[in-house]
Amino acid sequence: MGIDFIIAAIITVVGLTTPILLAGLGELVVEKSGVLNLGVEGMMLVGAISGFAVTVYTFNPWFGVLGAAAGGALASLLFAVLVLQLNSNQVATGLALTIFGTGISSLMGLSFTGRIVMPFASVFPDALAKHEYLRLIFGYSPIVYFALIMVPLTTWFLKSTRAGLILRAVGENDLSAHSIGYSVIKVRYAAIAFGGAMAGIGGCYFSMVITPMWAEKMTAGRGWIALALVVFAGWRTGRLLTGAYFFGILMALELYAKASGFSFLPSQFWAAMPYAMTVVALSFISSRGTAGANAPACLGKPFLPST
Amino acid sequence: MRIKLEKRHEPSLAMLVATPIASVILTMLIGIVVFDLLGINGFEAVVDIFLSPLLYSYKWQDVALKAAPLIIIALGLSMGNRAQVWNIGAEGQYVIGALCCAGMGIAFGQTGGFLVVLLMIAAGIVGGGLWAAVPAWLRTKYNVNEILSSLMLTYVSFQVLGYLVGGPWKDPNGRNFPATAPLADAQTLPVWPESTVHLGVLVALILPFVFWVIMARSEFGYQVRVVGSSATAARHGGFDSKRTIWATMIIGGAMAGLAGGLEFAGVLHKIDLGFASGYGFTAIIVAFLGRLNPFGCLIAGIVLAVTYVGGQMAQTSVHIPNSTAGIFQAMMLFFILASDILVRYRIRLIPSAKAAGV
Repeated sequence: MGIDFIIAAIITVVGLTTPILLAGLGELVVEKSGVLNLGVEGMMLVGAISGFAVTVYTFNPWFGVLGAAAGGALASLLFAVLVLQLNSNQVATGLALTIFGTGISSLMGLSFTGRIVMPFASVFPDALAKHEYLRLIFGYSPIVYFALIMVPLTTWFLKSTRAGLILRAVGENDLSAHSIGYSVIKVRYAAIAFGGAMAGIGGCYFSMVITPMWAEKMTAGRGWIALALVVFAGWRTGRLLTGAYFFGILMALELYAKASGFSFLPSQFWAAMPYAMTVVALSFISSRGTAGANAPACLGKPFLPST
Repeated sequence: MRIKLEKRHEPSLAMLVATPIASVILTMLIGIVVFDLLGINGFEAVVDIFLSPLLYSYKWQDVALKAAPLIIIALGLSMGNRAQVWNIGAEGQYVIGALCCAGMGIAFGQTGGFLVVLLMIAAGIVGGGLWAAVPAWLRTKYNVNEILSSLMLTYVSFQVLGYLVGGPWKDPNGRNFPATAPLADAQTLPVWPESTVHLGVLVALILPFVFWVIMARSEFGYQVRVVGSSATAARHGGFDSKRTIWATMIIGGAMAGLAGGLEFAGVLHKIDLGFASGYGFTAIIVAFLGRLNPFGCLIAGIVLAVTYVGGQMAQTSVHIPNSTAGIFQAMMLFFILASDILVRYRIRLIPSAKAAGV
């Protein structure tokens, strides 16, 4: 097992981690505002096809990423209108968004099946990005760096800015936030749209970086892992990063087990691993009770001011 | 003018019935407009998807076969949703049910007959119930969110299926294709003469009555409704919400397992990698479109089955993709959820202060 193998393995892990990290960060902000959006998988798929389509038309992956963010945010607004304006059940509406996103993305993707896009060029010169060892640091798609920058940025936003404080207040006690004059609905709209944009970018990582082509249902349940990740992290950004890498390693294990043909266990065992481990990890986290203590108090409940 | 929402003391029965119908009609109307914008003949597409399967009698048995699993799964899910238990892993419980059914059949070799088929279906019910017992156990013991755990287990179930049909259960005469050997005739479900309609369709017609009796007439049904309406009320009434979680999860899983077993022994007769066809997810829409009412599920199951069959018909007639039916199904769910507010609230238009002359 040479150094090359280790570098390749780390690069694989980072790649697999990025989409769930992005979607997880977005959902964390949404949940901090007191809303549970189970539509992550659907928004990721809409992002995957929007990003891909925009890149095909503009030949510019940067516009593609913007398109993915816009697609994801647009999809999330559908959810937002129902949940915020019509007080619909958040669990069911989120599920509906996932079903809708799956359908609309495959309809949109029809004319794009079989096409490929240019891979996202590195922002660093080839001397660094393709260097035997330095590629470990410089050899990733710009989306990877974006995801990593968003971790401290989100932390800073939630902890140290006024807007972040308001967002958390709305998630903890919507009625008091409302009574001191903050618009609960507006804050939640913004949070949901942010979550949608992040899920969209996470989704386009599949269609623009990993493969890079479009395939139906290509996110393969990663949106749900992102949701689990938020609970796993106890609604804390730092732990979200750790958790995302934990799951990234599990998913990489599957790839390597398949490639190397570990024959003593069937490949399906490794494929089931990330999902099974998610359940195990959730059990550990949830049973300690600390996760529950950190959950935003208004999570999943409709906002019903008395007037 | 100002719009004001007034909470109703009782949910409006008229709205409970009217809104699902309105949702279906609205979905059709919007479908026409959207497809026209996409350059597809919208009217023809909507007629094909929503009406054609009803107009041609030879399509009725297709509708019945698709409706049966949807109704059966939705009945179980709606009971859980009534108690605020969110099992969204019915797809996995359906798969495991079918696998257990197949396993029982394999254990009997070529032996068949009524008793064997009954045991196979029973294995499906038990398998689905046990698969759903895992999220119930994790929820009651470790407080794990059942939405996530039941869904994660669905992905695990797909891998179990892949392993079994590609390994130990692979048909030796199947040209190395990952699928089980076709079921012996003696192990298949009885079928109505001259048709493909199997016994499971009858089960799907009877079960809504059973569920209605349980929900409306039994103490257990009352408990489910109380636990669902408020945890505090349930505690005051002396109801154990943990028991309700266990019961509704397992019933939901058992119903999904039953549906999986019936689909295997009644329709497909073998399991391959494409066995999971999304019934478990679509059944969630059925449950909501049916307003979590057993008879509502029956009707909604038929409506959704029509869109399935119609979607396939439209694929060949107006060349729209298979995913279109899914979009229509999601749209129906959006409308039904959006219209929920009409059931619980009364909308009043109040003249603004100026207009009232104050």
